[in-house]
This record gives sequence, C-alpha cells and structure tokens, in this order.
Amino acid sequence: MNVTLPSAVSSGGIGARVRRKEDLRFLSGRGQYTDDLVRPNQLHSWILRSPHAHARINSIDTAAAMAMPGVVAIYTARDIEAAGLGGVPCGWQVTGKGGKVMAEPAHPVLASGKVRHVGDPVAFIVAETRAQARDAAEAVEVGYTSLPALPDLRAATAPGAPSLHDEAPDNICFDWEIGDKAATDAAFARAHKVVRFETTNNRLVPNAMEPRAAIGDYDPNSGEHTLFTTSQNPHVIRLLMGAFVLKVPEHKLRVVAPDVGGGFGSKIYHYAEEALVTWAAAQLKRPVRWTCERSESFLSDAHGRDHVTTAELALDSDGRFLGLRVETLANMGAYLSTFAPAVPTYLSATLLAGVYTTPAIHGQVKAVFTSTVPVDAYRGAGRPETTYLLERLVDVAAREMGMDRLEIRRRNFIQPDQFPYQTPVALQYDSGDYEATLRQALEAADYAGFEARRAEAKGRGMLRGIGVSTYLEACGIAPSKLVGQLGARAGLYEVANIRVHPTGSVTVFTGTHSHGQGHETSFAQLVAEQLGVPIDMVEIVHGDTGKIPFGMGTYGSRSLAVGGSAMVRAMDKIIAKGKKIAAHLMEASVEDIEFADGRFRVAGTDRSKAFAEISMAAYVPHDYPIEELEPGLEETAFYDPKNFTYPGGCHICEVEIDPETGGVEVVKFTACDDVGRVINPMIVEGQIQGGVAQGIGQALIENTVYDGEGQLLTASFNDYAMPRAATVPDFTVLTSTTLCTHNPLGVKGCGEVGAIGSPPAVMNAVVDALRDYGVRHVEMPATPLKIWSIIHGGGDALPQAAE
Amino acid sequence: MYDFQYHKPATIADAVKLLAADPEARPVSGGMTLLPALKHRLNKPTSLIDLSGIAELRGVRREGDAIVIGGMTTHYEVATHPQILAAIPALARMAATIGDTQVRNRGTIGGSLANNDPAADYPAAALALRATIITDRRRIPADEFFLGMFTTALEADELVTGISFPIPEKAGYAKLRNPASRYSMTGVFVAKGPHGVGVGVNGAGPCAFRQAEMEAALSANWSVDAVANVKQSPDDLNSDIHGSAAYRANLVTVMAKRAVADAG
Repeated sequence: MNVTLPSAVSSGGIGARVRRKEDLRFLSGRGQYTDDLVRPNQLHSWILRSPHAHARINSIDTAAAMAMPGVVAIYTARDIEAAGLGGVPCGWQVTGKGGKVMAEPAHPVLASGKVRHVGDPVAFIVAETRAQARDAAEAVEVGYTSLPALPDLRAATAPGAPSLHDEAPDNICFDWEIGDKAATDAAFARAHKVVRFETTNNRLVPNAMEPRAAIGDYDPNSGEHTLFTTSQNPHVIRLLMGAFVLKVPEHKLRVVAPDVGGGFGSKIYHYAEEALVTWAAAQLKRPVRWTCERSESFLSDAHGRDHVTTAELALDSDGRFLGLRVETLANMGAYLSTFAPAVPTYLSATLLAGVYTTPAIHGQVKAVFTSTVPVDAYRGAGRPETTYLLERLVDVAAREMGMDRLEIRRRNFIQPDQFPYQTPVALQYDSGDYEATLRQALEAADYAGFEARRAEAKGRGMLRGIGVSTYLEACGIAPSKLVGQLGARAGLYEVANIRVHPTGSVTVFTGTHSHGQGHETSFAQLVAEQLGVPIDMVEIVHGDTGKIPFGMGTYGSRSLAVGGSAMVRAMDKIIAKGKKIAAHLMEASVEDIEFADGRFRVAGTDRSKAFAEISMAAYVPHDYPIEELEPGLEETAFYDPKNFTYPGGCHICEVEIDPETGGVEVVKFTACDDVGRVINPMIVEGQIQGGVAQGIGQALIENTVYDGEGQLLTASFNDYAMPRAATVPDFTVLTSTTLCTHNPLGVKGCGEVGAIGSPPAVMNAVVDALRDYGVRHVEMPATPLKIWSIIHGGGDALPQAAE
Repeated sequence: MYDFQYHKPATIADAVKLLAADPEARPVSGGMTLLPALKHRLNKPTSLIDLSGIAELRGVRREGDAIVIGGMTTHYEVATHPQILAAIPALARMAATIGDTQVRNRGTIGGSLANNDPAADYPAAALALRATIITDRRRIPADEFFLGMFTTALEADELVTGISFPIPEKAGYAKLRNPASRYSMTGVFVAKGPHGVGVGVNGAGPCAFRQAEMEAALSANWSVDAVANVKQSPDDLNSDIHGSAAYRANLVTVMAKRAVADAG
C-alpha cells in the first residue's frame, strides 16, 4: 500500500529530508560527551580487573598502593559489603520449563570471593590523577587460586563441568520453551521432508565509537547524588542503581546522559562503574570520574549474540513449511546483564515464524553461564540470531527440496490479507507486505541479470554469488502488561512532556535518548508537523532525569514508535486545550474549532488564531476562560504501546570471492525495508546503512574469540576486525511502506532492521558463490582463511580457535 | 604511560650520545608502534630520544644508480616523492598502502625498518631490492639486517639514518591485509634489479625473508607463470586466528603472482 505523505514535507515536517540539527556540533568537535565534562575538585579512578577467567580471591593487599602518591581511596568487595550496597540487578526474570524461575546469582559491584571472567572488577582505585590511580592499581596485590575456565558454551555444559556460581551448579541459568511441542511433533510426523541445520551465531563486541565513561558527584548540603554517564536510558539507570545498588531514593539521585557517541545496546545496561563513581563521590565528598579505555572496553562492556542453535524444518512435498523445531544454547557470560535473559527468549524465539505461515513451532532455549564477559542485547538483540537462522535454513531447505530460493519463500509468505496474523509463538503481526518488499528489492538489485554477472565474474577468476533474506522483526518495545507477564521487571511505555512557551516555541522533554539516531531532528519534524510551528522553534531535550518526568530510554527501535507516540498524545492534549482557548477568544463553541497548519479556525468561517496567539493567551490569561481552564500550555503523556511493531523487508547481497585468497567482497547490496511511516528519509537511510554495515561486519569479519583458558584473544582492534569503509559497498536503500495499525503515527522503527536483515543475505550469497564446491553452509564470519580452507578442502587448515 | 625523560637532539651525534649513555633510553621516530606500546604500559623506557628535530635524517636523493631515503622520511613522503615515483614506483605504491592516512603522515621508513615488525611492509622491499641500511656508523646489507621477529643487526645505540635502494629495472608489490589490524597478512615484493632478481616476503613468517626458489624461477623466466607453481613450505610460518601457516604459505605464491603482474 502506498502512503500519501502529509503536507508539511516542504517546511521540514514529516517526510522531509531535514539535515540533522545535531550534526554541526558533532562534526565541529563541540559535542559534550561525559568525558568532556569537568567537575571542580574532581578525582580520577582506575578499575583493577581480573586477569583470570575463573579464580578464587584469597587476599587483596592494598597497603602499598594506598601509600603511593595521590591515592585517595581504594575500595574492594569488603568495603562495598560493609556499606551494605546491593549487587548489579537484572531487569528480566525468565521462567523456564515447569515454572522454574531462572538462576539469578549475585553480581557484585566488585568481585567477592571469586572472579568469573577476565575483566571482572576487583578493586576501585581513586586518586588525584588518572595516571596515579593506574600506578596504584599495579601495586595492589591480589592472591588468586586459579580455577578451571568455562570459556564457551561447550565447556560450560560438558558433563562434570565445574560450577561458576553456587546458585547454578550445572551453569544453566534457565531452560525455557515456547510453542506447542505436541503440535510440532505431529507436523514432523507427517512431513515429506525434514531439513536439519546447525549454526553458531558469532559473538560480537559492540564497539561504540565513544567508550563508556561515568562521573559521580555529590552535594553534601542537599544530599543529592548526580551521575553523568554514557547511557541510552538515564531513568533506567536511576531506577536500577538507586533502588537496588545504592539504596538512594529517586529524588536524591539525578542521572544525566549527555551527548553519547553510539550505544548499539551496550550502553543500556547498568554497569558497576556507574555505582562505584556515584558511591565513592559521596564517601569522599568530591567528584569521581572514570573513563574506559578502548582495550578495557573489550573486557568491561557487554558482548552480543553467541548462540549455538540446532533447527529442524518439516516440509510437505510442495515445499510448504509444516513445523519448526529449534534448540538454542545461549551464552549469558559470567553474570546476568540487565536484559540478557530476554534476548534469546522473548526477543528471539518469538520471531521463529519469521514472515512465514509455519503452523507449528516449538523453540527451546538453555541459557548458560560461562567465564566470559556478560552477553546482552546488541543492535537487533535476538532478532538477528533468529533471522539468520531462519533465512539460512530456508535457503538450505530450498536446496534440499530442489526448489528455487525465492519460490520457497513466496509459497510460505504470510499474505497481506492475513493480517493481523497470529503466530504460533505468541506474537500477533499487525501489518506487512513481504511480496512487495521482495519484488521491489529484486528489481532494484537486477536479480534477473545476476547469472550474466556471475559469468562475467568467472571470466575474471572470481566466484560471484547472490543471496536474499526476507525477514521481519519485532520492535517498538513494548506493551507493559505483556512484557510484565513475560518477566520484565519494568514497564516499557514512554513519556513526553511538551512545553509550549508563551511565544509559541516548543521544548519537548522525551524519555528516549539519542546517541546517534538524530532524534533532535526527526522528533522536531514530528512536533513541527503536528503543531504547525517551524522546525527551528522546536527543541528536543533528553538524557536528564532532573528535567524529564520519566522514560525508559532508547533501544529496541522504540524511540519513535513509543516515544514519538507519547509526543503525539501530549500534543493532542495541547491542541485540545488550545481549542478551548481559541473557542473562548473567538466566541465560538469548542466543537466548531479546527486546528490545522498551525492555526485554530472556526469551522466554516474566516476567523482564526495562530498557534502563538493561543500560547500567549495561555500564559497571559487576561481574556481567558480562567474559571474552567488552568493557565499555561504544557502537557505530559505516558504512552504504552498496544503491540510490538513489525518492520521487515528484503535484503539482497551480491558478493565476489577471490578463490586464491578466500577474500569475500560485497559488491552490491540492496535493501527494501518496510519501517512504517518515514519521518526523515535521510535519517532512515542512514540508520539502515549503519545497520547493514554492522550486519556485513558480523557476516564477514567480526568475531570474538576466547582461548581455552578464558583469555580474550580478540581483545583489541589488532585482532577484532571491524567493518571499514572498504568492507561495505555502495548501498541501495529503499523503503516500501505499510503502516503500523496500532500507534498514532503508523511508524514501525528503523534502527535495527539493517543489522537484522543483512547477515543472512550476505551468507546466502557466500554459499551461492561457492555453489560449484558442494558447500551446504558456511559459518559466520566468512573470513578469507575460512573461505580459502573450504575451497581448498583443507578444513584442517583452520586453527582451532578460528573454528 | 609511565613517566620518562624527553630529549630532542638536533644532530645524529647528539642522539647517539644520549642513547649510548642510557641503555634504557629509546629513540622515537614516528612513534606508530612505540607510542601505543607506551600507552598500554608495555614498555618503560627511562627516556625518549625524539629524532624529529634532526635535519640530517630527512630527505630523498639520487646517488648514482640508487635512491637514498633519509630515515625520518614518512610513508606519505615516500608514497608521493617525485624521484621515488620515477625510479622505484613500486616502493611508492607500497608506502601508499601502509596503515592509514594518519600513520602514513607520522610513520617513518627508518622506524619501520628498525622495528622489523614481521607484518610491516618495508622489510620485504628492502630484501627484494637488495637495499643497504645506512646507520650512524656503518652500512648493512638488507640480507644481514633483519635477524628475527622485531630483531635487527642494530646495536642498542645505533640509529638508522637512511636506506639506499638500487634502482631496479622493474618491481612490484602485492599483499593481503589482515582483516582486523590491516597489517600485511602476507605481502610479496618482487624486483629485477642490478644485483639480480629479488623476492621479499613479509607477514608470512616471524621475520621478512627472501624466497629463493621464486628468485630462481623469475631469473630464468620473469613471468607470473614462473612463480605460480612455486610452493612455499608452511613450516616455520606464522599461524594465528586470522591465518594458518598453510594459508600464509598459499598467500606467498598468490601474492608473488600478483606482485609480478604489478611489476609488469
């Protein structure tokens, strides 16, 4: 379905390619990031981290370190426990088979008794300078007894594996299932063919451009704590840290997340360093700051993905999907990070229907503790894992059925007339048109011309392949009642407070947070459109619990769908109040007042008042219905979404493989995504391009490797391969819109689709390029070494750690 | 980084004197390897001798049938210098592929040779072109200069002041970058010069080396086909998560072919 765009495109409203308001300060080096903030009389800190993957702490001797120049304080678990601080809490409780709730071991702010991953914080050193704190950290003597490492899922689930936590003797956090097992078994019993597929979703390090930082400050007069932090959700940090760790009530705790340089999920979570600087600042009555080093961040920030999955697809003789069985082992790392339990379950297994009408699905997830950095949501969070699984599985099934890869998809697509579509795994999709996005992408990619391009490449000695992914995802998280039933320990509504000033300019306080998404622009467009004011009269404020009533932050492509909807609701209230004022001023009945293009009009007449006239009247209420209406023009709305939103679409990737080196080059990438209504096409394209770049990174080069001792081998950019400009091609990014049916804007979300839809398109292309070599599957990442080893039949040429 | 003394001498003699007086002192040219090591506290020199103030270490000149490049010449200068572009264009092309723009504007040829990182580009060129490394006290043929991983024939207080490259009839270079670090996974520099054919290999082994079989094959028949069938033994080659020894051995042949094609 085509959507007619509203009128204000030309004036910077919805649908306009407005240049990002925030970019001038970012590009000219005038952004204010946490590490840019300087507090009077501030102290610096350094975290002493565990060099062991798993070890008992026998002793910590800080005496020599305390005597070093500039050292102000050194804290260890003993101090934290003496102060009665809590551990880092988990925000989601998954209940597994038989009603068994997940094992939830303590996650101490500083390691207590044991360390459980390389990088686990052991001591917090505060000094006058950062170098002094670091010098002192080297003088802290910690006596360890090394214990066996559990560096991966296999090691942690092996029979007789040592326990990481007493609370989870078998290292299993939970064993969970979804769907109808009996119905799925029955579907398999009558299957024409069963296709079995195993895969690993490679572990990733998020690597936001700005490393994490935190500054604690304390006002002894008011007793107020302030935390400046690199967070995607300051109110969530205030809740988790205040209520569970520091036991400080909200009115005495302000959390500010200023400009933040990328998050991709890794800055959602409450981290121990935030609690340490906030607490230490109050102990020492001086500001305490901490900034993560890039190398340190590999050991201190939550990683992403790391699932090992076995899937079976039952098909009838026509290639229709009858049933799907999936078993996943999900790595939680050493401790439960804020959203970790939700990622492989409610954000992943609930997507197992994909865009297909598979009638019976049974998914099982075992979450496992390992002696590695905690694993949590990373751009896409569970949805890339399932999308990759499904879209590779469908390609494998097509091949084993002898069917065309597009035909098997089309035969199983949910059709436009089937919405709302109830899947067998809890979700109800509201809208979509998968044939439309597929068709548009095929045309834009010149799919029909591919074989000629493959033949031309062959003439140059190159192996060319094409891969398609047709996917959807669930975002715009999320209905509070539903997620509460699923174990979330918070609501997932969003908040907007809209303050119309007397002259008609507007400040919007949003509970979402922008750390690269361009909210200051797209939200301003949205507000300018609805209130009919120029975009430069609208300011978006985010990231400060001292200014914004409340909010759940930015992740899960929720900011526009949930936060934007809250703005619409608040503006509805503004307009409703404005109509009453206008009715009074124009001596008309409220029912006769219409509001459009920034003017309140008496219907059917030429009488009207500008928006600014009404706002002025609200603040200078001389001629005003003061008996029945309060002065002022400011409204707040809490918006709780009715459902997830379901963006989706089609990604088509073309690669060329150099058989001599195994090098894979993405030569062409086409995405056609349905993200619902588009507010700013330029920003949407940028979001999709960035997501696709990360998806190509996961597919081709990114990988997190631990050795058998639990040491991180890919602990810097020297060994952890990030996508670069040369890794990604020119993209063709298109949108094809069906509207979300349950939010006022019809928007779905665009922040994660690129990272969700692209990896299987890339890998389907890689496998296709190798079609003459009898290759059924290639695991991510498709590094030159791996591809060369496959082509040259030397599986044994792969070193152990790279498998 | 730890504290250190900082010196910025104006002459080679003063720099050598400072180095000789303190065995824990380190010279720093572009600092592209040393500074990250200092930041990570992997290195604790008592003092740094900054060579950037020494005019004698700069400049590119032709001496007879050789191009002599000063030790403090940056990769960017090598990549763009008209005399190098005219005489040994493959060397300029190689320099243009080192690191990134920032590294090329800071990193120096002398620093790279003295550091002898197995994955650095220049050592392969120095070997293939039969270069001579010039120091403050002697001239060392490339064949005798690169002794092992991060190890050279330099004495502790000896400075690379320049390098002399005999101008070849033709030369070429090809490498595959490590997908993470972008250093050379394996690179091969081939040259047909006044002292014969040279094939230098970087990235593959613990130290850059000459591939004698390929040199013989190219001496007999300068062509891509001549090296296509020469297999490099994987014995003693590097193996890591990005490339096994067998993979690197394969790359030696593949890159040699491409280097010959590059040389024309």
